[in-house]
Amino acid sequence: MSRWLPLLLLLSSFACHAHKPSDSYLRYKLDGAELTGQWDIALRDLEQAIGLDQNGDGEITWGEVKARHADIAAYALARLSVAGDGQPCPLRVTGHQIDNHSDGAYAVLRFAGTCKGAPSAVELGYKLFFDFDAQHKGLLSLEVQGKTQSIVFTPEQSIQRFELGELTAMRQFASYGREGVWHIWIGYDHILFLLSLLLPAVLMRERHQWLPVARFGDAFWDVFKIVTSFTVAHSITLSLAALGVISLPSRLVESAIAVSVVLAALNNLVPLVGGRRWIVAFAFGLIHGFGFASVLAELGLPRNTLVLALVGFNLGVETGQLAIVSAFLPVAYLLRGTWFYRRVVLWGGSMLIVAIASIWLAERVLDMKLISN
Amino acid sequence: MRRLPALVIALTACLAQAAPYTPKADNEVLERLPFRANAPEGRELRAMRRAFAEQPQDLERALALARRYFELASAEGDPRYVGYAEAAIRPWSATPEPPVEILVMRALLRQYRHDFDPALADLAKAAEREPGNIEARSWRSAILLVQADYSGARAACKELAAIASALLATACRSAVDGMTGGSGPAYAELSKALSRRSDASADTKLWIQTRLAEMALRQGDDARAERHFKRGLALGVTDGFILAAYADFLLDRNRPGQVVTLLKDWERSDVLLLRLALAEQAIKHPSARNHMAVLKERFAASALRGDKLHLQEEARFHLYLLNDVPGALKLAGENYRTQRESRDARILLEAALAAKDARAAQPALDWLRSSGYEDPLYARLAQQLDGLAR
Repeated sequence: MSRWLPLLLLLSSFACHAHKPSDSYLRYKLDGAELTGQWDIALRDLEQAIGLDQNGDGEITWGEVKARHADIAAYALARLSVAGDGQPCPLRVTGHQIDNHSDGAYAVLRFAGTCKGAPSAVELGYKLFFDFDAQHKGLLSLEVQGKTQSIVFTPEQSIQRFELGELTAMRQFASYGREGVWHIWIGYDHILFLLSLLLPAVLMRERHQWLPVARFGDAFWDVFKIVTSFTVAHSITLSLAALGVISLPSRLVESAIAVSVVLAALNNLVPLVGGRRWIVAFAFGLIHGFGFASVLAELGLPRNTLVLALVGFNLGVETGQLAIVSAFLPVAYLLRGTWFYRRVVLWGGSMLIVAIASIWLAERVLDMKLISN
Repeated sequence: MRRLPALVIALTACLAQAAPYTPKADNEVLERLPFRANAPEGRELRAMRRAFAEQPQDLERALALARRYFELASAEGDPRYVGYAEAAIRPWSATPEPPVEILVMRALLRQYRHDFDPALADLAKAAEREPGNIEARSWRSAILLVQADYSGARAACKELAAIASALLATACRSAVDGMTGGSGPAYAELSKALSRRSDASADTKLWIQTRLAEMALRQGDDARAERHFKRGLALGVTDGFILAAYADFLLDRNRPGQVVTLLKDWERSDVLLLRLALAEQAIKHPSARNHMAVLKERFAASALRGDKLHLQEEARFHLYLLNDVPGALKLAGENYRTQRESRDARILLEAALAAKDARAAQPALDWLRSSGYEDPLYARLAQQLDGLAR
C-alpha cells in the first residue's frame, strides 16, 4: 500500500510551522577597545549539541543547565570569534542567565572581550550549530557609538567584516556638527566677543559721536568682514591644534579669550580701532580657535575620520554663529537711531560685558570659580 | 555583507522585549523536549544519531536519519528537524550529481521550506534517472497542486498511475479534479475507492476524509462536510491540517465557541493558534489578548530570520485581528505569488474586498475563473469584488 500517501497530506497542509527553525540571538557592543555581549542560545539546540537532559526525563531544569555552565561556555565560545584590525579579541563568559523567546527557553551568556586598541574594522566569525543544523542562523546586532547594525550569520556566510569608519562617518560628521553648534551656543565668551565687535556695526563714529549708518549695506558689510575674519582665524588655529601641530596650555588660552572679550567691549566705550575691527576679530579669532580645539579634544577625535570630524565641528560652529548674527543684525539696524540703542545697548551692554569678562579673566588666571557654570 | 534595516528594528524590538532572569530553584523546569530520551522514539533517534556519527559518510545511515528527522518535522510541525536533516545529507547534496535518494530527500526538505521550484527540479532529475520512483512522482503532483498548475499535476498523476496502487492513483487524480470544477465526480470516485480498502492505514483514511470534507464543502453540502471532518478526527491521528480545516469551517459558520474547545491545547502551532485567537476574539474570551501578543512575537521572530512561511496566516492576523487592511493586502498578495492553494486565494480576495481594491485581487479572480473552483463562498467574494469594480 502507498506509504507515501500521508506525505501528500503533509505537504499542502501543515507546511506552515508550529515552531520556528533554530536561531541564536547575539548582541555585541563595542566601546573603544572594550567589547561586551549577550548571546541567547536555545536550550533545545544545546540539548541536541551537548545534551542537557541528564536524567532523560524530557525536561530540562535549571539545575541541569547550571551543572553544564562551563561546558556551554566552552562549546559556545569555541564557535565565536572577534578580531579587531586583524588582531583577535579574546572573549570570556561573565554570566549565565535564562530567557524566554517565542519558541522556548534560551540560555543567556554574557561575555566580554578586549581588543588591542580601538579597532577601525572588526571581523566576526560564527559557526555555532552549523555542523548539524543547515538551517541555523545567528542573528547579530552590533552596537558601535550608539548606532546598531544587524546581520545574519548562515552556514554560507559565517564570517562578516565591519568597517567601523564607513559605518559611522556620516553620523560622526553630523554629530560633530551638532557639537559645534552647541558649543557656540553655550560658549558665552565667544558670543560676547562677537557681539562686542558687532554692536557698533550699525553705527559710525564721527567727531566722538556715534551716528546711525545710512544704509543697511554699510552695516552688513562691516558685519560680514568681522564674522569672516573671525571664522578664518579660528578655523586656522582649530585645525592646527586638532591635528596636533600646535598645542597651547588651556589655562593660557582661556585667559587670553577672556582678555579678548574685555578688550573688544572696552573698544566700544573708548574707541581705539574704529572701522578696523575686523583686524581685531582676526587676531583674537586665532585665540578663540584654540578654545574650540580644546572642546574638540574633550569630545575625543576618531583616528580614521579626523578631518571629517574637524570639518563637521567647524561647520557647526559657523552655523551657530550665523544664527546669532542673523538674529542680531536686523534688530540692531532697526534700533540704531534710538537713544536706547546707543546708551543702553551699546554703552550699557559693553560695560556689562567688560564686567563679566573681567570676572572670567580673574577666574581663569587664578584658577578659581566665581560665576562660571 | 547583508544589511537589513527592518531587521534592526525587529531585532531591537525582540531583544527589548526579552528580559533575562536567573531561575530561583534548581528543579525549575525551563524547557520540555518533544519527547523523553528514554522513551522508545527517543532511544530510536539516539541510536540512529549514534550510527550516523560513527560513519557520517555512510549514505544509508545519513538517509535514514534525514528521513526520521523529516518525519519528526512533519509530525511535530517543528522545522528545526529540517535543518538537522539537511546537515545530515550535506556531503552528498553539495556534490554536482547527488544520488537519486538524496535528490528526493532534498526535494522534500526544500518544499517544506516553500522552495518549490528547486524542489521540483530535484524531483524531475530523480524521476528521469529512476522512472519507477513513486515518491518523486507523487510529490511532484502535490507541489504542482500548491502552485495551482493543474495540468502539470494531472500529468504527474497519470505517470504515477502507471507505477502506483489504485488508491494512490485515485487520490492523486481526485485531488486535482476536486480543485478544477469536478468535485462531484471526484467525491464519488474517492469515497468508492476508500470503501473498497477498509484495510487502509489510519493516516490514509484521515487524508481521504479531509479531502472528502473539502469536496463536500465545494458542493455547498455543509452537513456532509462536517460528517467527514468528524470521521477524520475520530481516527485519533494527530494532524494539524484537519484541525485547521475544521476550525475554518466552524469559524465560517459562526461557531467560534467550538473552535475554542477544539484548539485550546494547540497554542504551539502558529496555524492553529491563529484560528484559536480568531475564535476567542469572536466570543471576547480573556485569552484573546495574550494569544494575539504571542502571534505577533512569532511573526516578528520569523521576519527576523527572513522566513516567509506564514504569510497566509500573517495576512489573516493583520486583517481580522489587527484591522490593518493595507498590511493584510500586501501580505496576502506576496503570499499568493508563491502559494496558490484555495485558502491563499481566499485571503487575497478578502483583503482586497476590505481594501475596496478589486485590482489587487486580480490574480485570485483569474485563478477562480480559469480553474473552475466551485466553492460558493468564493463565488460570493468574487461577486462582491465585481460589484466594486462597477
